[in-house]
Amino acid sequence: MNNSVGNTARLLGAGLRALLVLTVLCGVLYPLAVTGVAQGLFPGKANGSELTRNGKVVGSSLIGQRYDLPLKDGQDTPEPDLKWFQPRPSNGLGTNSVNTQYELILSGATNRSGDNEDLIQWVKDAKAAVVKDNSTPGYRVMPQDVPPDAVTSSGSGLDPHISPEYAELQVHRVAEKNNLDVKQVEKLVDDNTDGRVLGFMGEPRVNVLQLNVALKELVG
Amino acid sequence: MSSVLAGVLQLLALVVALGLAYRPLGDYMARTYSSTKHLRVEKWIYRAIGANPATEMRWPAYLRGVLAFSAVSVLFLYLLQRVQGVLPGSLGFSSIDPDQAFNTAASFVANTNWQSYYGEQAMGHVVQTGGLAVQNFVSAAVGMAVAVALVRGFARSRTGELGNFWADLVRGTVRILLPLSVIGAIVLVACGAIQNFAGIHEVGQFLGGSQQWNGGAVASQEAIKELGTNGGGYFNANSAHPFENPTPLSNLFEIFLILVIPFALTRTFGTMVGSVKQGYAILATMAAIWIGFTGLMMWTEFAHHGPAFDLAGGAMEGKETRFGVGGSSIFAVATTLTSTGAVNSFHSSFTGFGGGITMLGMQLGEIAPGGTGSGLYGMLIMAIIAVFIAGLMVGRTPEYLGKKIGSREIKLAASYILITPALVLCFTAAAMALPTPGNSMTNSGPHGFSEILYAYTSAANNNGSAFAGLNADTQWFNTTIGLAMLLGRFLPMVFVLVLAGALAAQRPVPETAGTLRTHKPLFTGLLVGTIMIVTGLTYFPALALGPLAEGLAS
Repeated sequence: MNNSVGNTARLLGAGLRALLVLTVLCGVLYPLAVTGVAQGLFPGKANGSELTRNGKVVGSSLIGQRYDLPLKDGQDTPEPDLKWFQPRPSNGLGTNSVNTQYELILSGATNRSGDNEDLIQWVKDAKAAVVKDNSTPGYRVMPQDVPPDAVTSSGSGLDPHISPEYAELQVHRVAEKNNLDVKQVEKLVDDNTDGRVLGFMGEPRVNVLQLNVALKELVG
Repeated sequence: MSSVLAGVLQLLALVVALGLAYRPLGDYMARTYSSTKHLRVEKWIYRAIGANPATEMRWPAYLRGVLAFSAVSVLFLYLLQRVQGVLPGSLGFSSIDPDQAFNTAASFVANTNWQSYYGEQAMGHVVQTGGLAVQNFVSAAVGMAVAVALVRGFARSRTGELGNFWADLVRGTVRILLPLSVIGAIVLVACGAIQNFAGIHEVGQFLGGSQQWNGGAVASQEAIKELGTNGGGYFNANSAHPFENPTPLSNLFEIFLILVIPFALTRTFGTMVGSVKQGYAILATMAAIWIGFTGLMMWTEFAHHGPAFDLAGGAMEGKETRFGVGGSSIFAVATTLTSTGAVNSFHSSFTGFGGGITMLGMQLGEIAPGGTGSGLYGMLIMAIIAVFIAGLMVGRTPEYLGKKIGSREIKLAASYILITPALVLCFTAAAMALPTPGNSMTNSGPHGFSEILYAYTSAANNNGSAFAGLNADTQWFNTTIGLAMLLGRFLPMVFVLVLAGALAAQRPVPETAGTLRTHKPLFTGLLVGTIMIVTGLTYFPALALGPLAEGLAS
């Protein structure tokens, strides 16, 4: 009996020593080495691909943000600022509720299924809003022209991109609100559209922050 | 180019990349586990452990090593989370509650990486990097060690010795997982994944104001998370988060990392048993199922049946623009046919059939190609079952790789395949029957049932992905899912090691005209059929209540 207790203790001791040694290797040396190389070779990327304009950080080119008007009295959700290109909906994005000393953004999806009533309503509302917001006197948006990414939330809630179709849909509105020529804004969208990587990986997309930064430069 | 064609080309690119890596990596792993030499760093580690790497172990000793190391790991990770509040480098996050700390410790040690917490608001640098990421390495190395022990069981005769657990653990970590992770992490940083130790900081926004972010060693954790088929995300959105998976290229690269070791291990197996053709037959089985499932997933996701998707004009809910439907479908199948459980899009918002495919993938036992190590031993168990069924048909004692599959062997294999279905179905039934667990559902009807079925399927098969609408941070789910993960990981390992010992003790049976040719396409067909029938019969009633009902309704 004593012998088997002793054997078990010896074995657990060996397990603990193995774990500690491997923790030093995989949990300390490995991340430090990778961080060193990353900070040396790709400092911008390793620190979050921040985008600066006139010396001020305006966000990360990888992280989506909202372009809304300030919240008015009595409003729960702010209205979109239609001067700027709008991102995808982000109904799954949350706020930190555990560690309330920070206002961390909590990434996430809605996790609603295709037959979920909430999701059906969100899609309907979003579609109606896209049609209404983007129709200008000389340009009518039809419901069937609205691409799926314009009315659905992404997986992270932080999708920095929209599809080129959704960007083109917004061109007339953005041109009107900023007193620009439609052609100028169309060119802006074209310049900021990324094709598939090597022609086949992923989907064509437009980075909303980069597009709005370029728009701001045009507007002055 | 259409999105469908782009999706197919991405799948082809993966096949080519995996094909190029297959021989060199498979042979390298075979050399690693067969070598008698030790690297200097390995000698230091063995000295620290107090183990002699040359000592051969029989199955009881090997199993004791696996269990002792894993038990210590669960305890260490549990305590690390419980004291997080007083550790430096924790970003001010408090200690984790006991039930959630148990769940998370069980989850990462069992190579599952089910997460009932939100990464960015619960875990600081010390727990993420020094605790969770370490288990990403060693739990994968334990899986590979057990797989190699089973392969030695086939390769050796009249001995019963299966190698040395400590040597296999250390070599898998030092020679295989670490170097590949370093390369993988640097590629991911080059794509845009973050890698820093910044605290919580404000980042300015376009229209003024700021966003709050925590930095972290994300790329280094992401690489091993995929390579070790772990899947626990640094952030709540997992590989959908742009800081974890920034571009379409990083997306394809991460899928490659998920699949490369499980596929290449079939080469390691073939080399070690002295016939690479046997490895090819297993590879063909895995590849056929993987490609078939990916094709089906793309078909249903591009067709996007379901009221909300029809209205939107596409199944983009829960998917990122940069990956699209194609890149998301390929990822979803790769992560659920292995024990990874990382997600780049949210399975709960897939079409009814798409969600069913992710569930069925896990229910196959995650063997096509499966987890690092666990995929190979799971598939070899199915091969034994297939050989046995073939033997029944012709009325002769079955044999596989020169070993008799007698009543002892088949009992062990049968026990193995009964464990996870028993866990999944019993826990799901209990959760549905009890009054409170159902309150955690986000969706109702068949999809609500699917959320719970998915949770236990994911846990018992050590996957870790979720129909994430389920609020799993309750005492009931933290405890039962924790138990399902531990039992679903370690009970099968017990049977595998006992079986390995029994095989290694046998004397080889000479091949005769009546021996089933297990390296031929006929056997691959038989094996695919066996896998589908065993899983189908087990899970069909449960799947009919959830994803099938949902898919047929839309």
